[in-house]
Amino acid sequence: MNGALETLTIVLALALAAWGLVATVRDRAPDRSHLIGLAVVEVAILALGVAALVAIAGGESPAEPGTFWGYLATIVCLPPIAAVLARMEPTRWGSIIVTVVCLVIPVLVVRLQQTWEVAGV
Amino acid sequence: MSEPRTDTRVSRMLNGGPGRVLIAVYLLFAIAATARAGLQIATRFGEAPLAYLLSAFAAVVYIIATYGLARAGELGRRIALVCCTIELVGVLVVGTASLLVPSAFPDDTVWSGFGEGYGYIPLLLPVLGLLWLWRTRSARA
Repeated sequence: MNGALETLTIVLALALAAWGLVATVRDRAPDRSHLIGLAVVEVAILALGVAALVAIAGGESPAEPGTFWGYLATIVCLPPIAAVLARMEPTRWGSIIVTVVCLVIPVLVVRLQQTWEVAGV
Repeated sequence: MSEPRTDTRVSRMLNGGPGRVLIAVYLLFAIAATARAGLQIATRFGEAPLAYLLSAFAAVVYIIATYGLARAGELGRRIALVCCTIELVGVLVVGTASLLVPSAFPDDTVWSGFGEGYGYIPLLLPVLGLLWLWRTRSARA
């Protein structure tokens, strides 16, 4: 796994978290821009999964396979969950949900990377 | 840009407004704790059975709490109240025990060190849950 895709995913998620916060402060419900943002983040996460499969096909393997796939499966679910909950709550609180979930994603991506690399490196 | 129509009044419903944010965070913890416990029990249960069983217990409590908060109503409130109370007691007892008797916890649980591995959110979450139940108590939500 190269670090660029992870970095991109983290940057996208943090940008969307900030965008959700802007909506929250302005007392706005999450709108189309947030849903598109979540879709973009989801695509980046799926690309991470594809990159992992490509790397495995190339002979690499995660340091902790079970944990790695567990994290990946969890992260993949987050943007859709955020989208569903945000749509259920068309108030500023829906925008907070987008922000909260988008703050969790970078943490999980970092953990994902750690479970790929050999422990201690 | 943003839709101008937005409900600014604080919802009195258990599962609306801030309550929905609470549900989202509970859902995240339900998923995280379940994934963690499932993996630990499936791959290395013998290393730290107590810690992993506690992880599994915490996961179940988060799942039921999420359900209670999302269901709302009289029953949902009661379910959420019981779960938040169990969580608060659990995180305090396990947190204290993990500091006093670290040998009993060779591997961390969600509640070890008062949830330090999860930014102390496991300690904060039941408190927020109970506060939210209290604030919406009059509503037949």
